[in-house]
Amino acid sequence: MRDFSYLRADSVEAARNAAALPGAMLLAGGTTLVDLAKCGVAEPATVIDISHIAGLDAIDVGPDRAVIGALAKMSHVADHPQVKSHFPAVSEALWQAASAQLRNMATIGGNLMQRTRCPYFRDPQNFPACNKRAPGSGCSAIGGVTRGHAVLGTSEACIATYPGDLAIALVAFEAEVDLGERKLKVEDFFLAPGATAEQEHDIRPGEVITAIEIPGSAAARRSTYLKVRDRQSYEFAAASAAVGLELEGDGRTIRDIRVALGGVATKPWRARAVEEALKGKPLDEATVRKASELAMAGAVDHGANHYKIALAPRVIARAILELGETA
Amino acid sequence: MTSQTHAGQTIIDPPEDGHFRNGSTNQPSPTTLSLHLTINGETHALDVEPRVTLLDALRERLHLTGTKKGCDQGQCGACTVHVDGERVLACLTLAAQVEGRSITTIEGLADEDGTLHAVQAAFLEQDAFQCGYCTPGQIMSAVACIREGHAGSDEEIREYMAGNLCRCGAYPHIVAAVRQAARELRS
Ligand SMILES: Cc1cc2nc3c(=O)[nH]c(=O)nc-3n(C[C@H](O)[C@H](O)[C@H](O)COP(=O)(O)OP(=O)(O)OC[C@H]3O[C@@H](n4cnc5c(N)ncnc54)[C@H](O)[C@@H]3O)c2cc1C
Ligand code: SF4
Ligand code: FES
Ligand code: FES
Repeated sequence: MRDFSYLRADSVEAARNAAALPGAMLLAGGTTLVDLAKCGVAEPATVIDISHIAGLDAIDVGPDRAVIGALAKMSHVADHPQVKSHFPAVSEALWQAASAQLRNMATIGGNLMQRTRCPYFRDPQNFPACNKRAPGSGCSAIGGVTRGHAVLGTSEACIATYPGDLAIALVAFEAEVDLGERKLKVEDFFLAPGATAEQEHDIRPGEVITAIEIPGSAAARRSTYLKVRDRQSYEFAAASAAVGLELEGDGRTIRDIRVALGGVATKPWRARAVEEALKGKPLDEATVRKASELAMAGAVDHGANHYKIALAPRVIARAILELGETA
Repeated sequence: MTSQTHAGQTIIDPPEDGHFRNGSTNQPSPTTLSLHLTINGETHALDVEPRVTLLDALRERLHLTGTKKGCDQGQCGACTVHVDGERVLACLTLAAQVEGRSITTIEGLADEDGTLHAVQAAFLEQDAFQCGYCTPGQIMSAVACIREGHAGSDEEIREYMAGNLCRCGAYPHIVAAVRQAARELRS
């Protein structure tokens, strides 16, 4: 790891000013930044430690909305009683991510900024070609080992999977990210690679995430996060779904439904076609399975990741059907 | 490269050589930080480069070698310590970051008279290790796991201890030790 200079910010204002310095990168929990610095992927000139800023870790949750400070720890949000009751999918996405130790370090703001786990991206010594690291250098994954790579939202420049869990639930429930001067939908905060794979987030130099805000809804209250992976725990998703459900008074007609996908796309992926196909329809297995297939429209595989095209609709359908069985 | 990038561009702005340094390509001169770290109740003064992790500070500088280095990449849990009572990974924590926090390592777990912590005693009794390399991390993790209230069933213990890998595969005995210690600490 190359050395850097270290600055501790004691306010958001100080962090913003410092973050605008050339070569500056913010440090919150450090679980992405220190990891990537060790890989030789991140080479900050200055590290701005924001983890000591007071008050930025507040968690304020009611039935109408949740406001979660950028420095709140993943573990604290996951275990928060009101998050569990009003936004169960958010709690489940968090406790199924990483490990207990990492969740005690990692913050909500840092979580949104985590980078892809594409093994070529993480290994600059052996794989110089990576459009995400070095625009125009090519993509080592295309034609390489692609078992973990995305099937939705890919481009000729990059097929890296967005690895996180929390943002899948945030996209399903139309959360916003607060950057101080502006607020934007989490869905718009993440950028698909297109021709500019190096741009993953709509964030400008000097901007600091201060909080995320999740509107409450009946679908958010009856929600779940289903994560399928190569081993039972401590692994990134092969495919995952955040699902929320609201039924009519008859207890079987779908009034509102939210579906978002993880592990299969280049950014947190809202499956609107599935939602539209199910609204007003009865909650039965055949209808749900048929609608879930719509999530894969336009999917493109690169060989070894072909299984994700079959897996993801099953994950969606299982999540919806299991949710339907809970009262 | 400068940091004057356009609206909509990510803060991580890769220069020609492919590393997202987002700034001048000149390396800043490494500075040295004078830190005071509180470890197992004692304050230690040390001068370190900003990039030094808590794990290297503990092992190389303070000679507290009970905390192990497995992967050095956040994946194995061998380096688990407590910061303000919560379990974290020392290999992904910068030493500079934990100034002013209270750090506990495996060396600080037993009583001063040598009486073992209930979790340490349970690991011995249940034979919860073979080579022992993962054990300090397992024990630090287990102490926190029980304190968090995440040791209610074998299933929950397995899930909340998943961040501690054991290459010897002592998992069934580790779960038994955590179960035993949780029961003792609850009563
Ligand atoms: C072994 C391992 C397994 C993992 N498994 C999972 C998993 O299963 N699921 C999952 O979702 N994640 C997983 N993760 C990723 C983990 O969740 C992220 O590393 C973590 O959430 C990042 O948060 P942090 O606070 O540590 O960020 P940092 O490392 O401190 O920061 C990450 C980036 O965000 C920027 N940043 C931080 N805070 C702000 C802010 N407030 N405003 C603007 N920019 C900011 C930093 O400059 C940096 O570029 C895993 C990580 C590891 C190491
Ligand atoms: S998939 Fe994206 S991140 Fe991976 S090597 Fe290709 S360009 Fe880089
Ligand atoms: S050495 Fe820290 S997690 Fe492996
Ligand atoms: S006892 Fe050998 S690694 Fe766990």
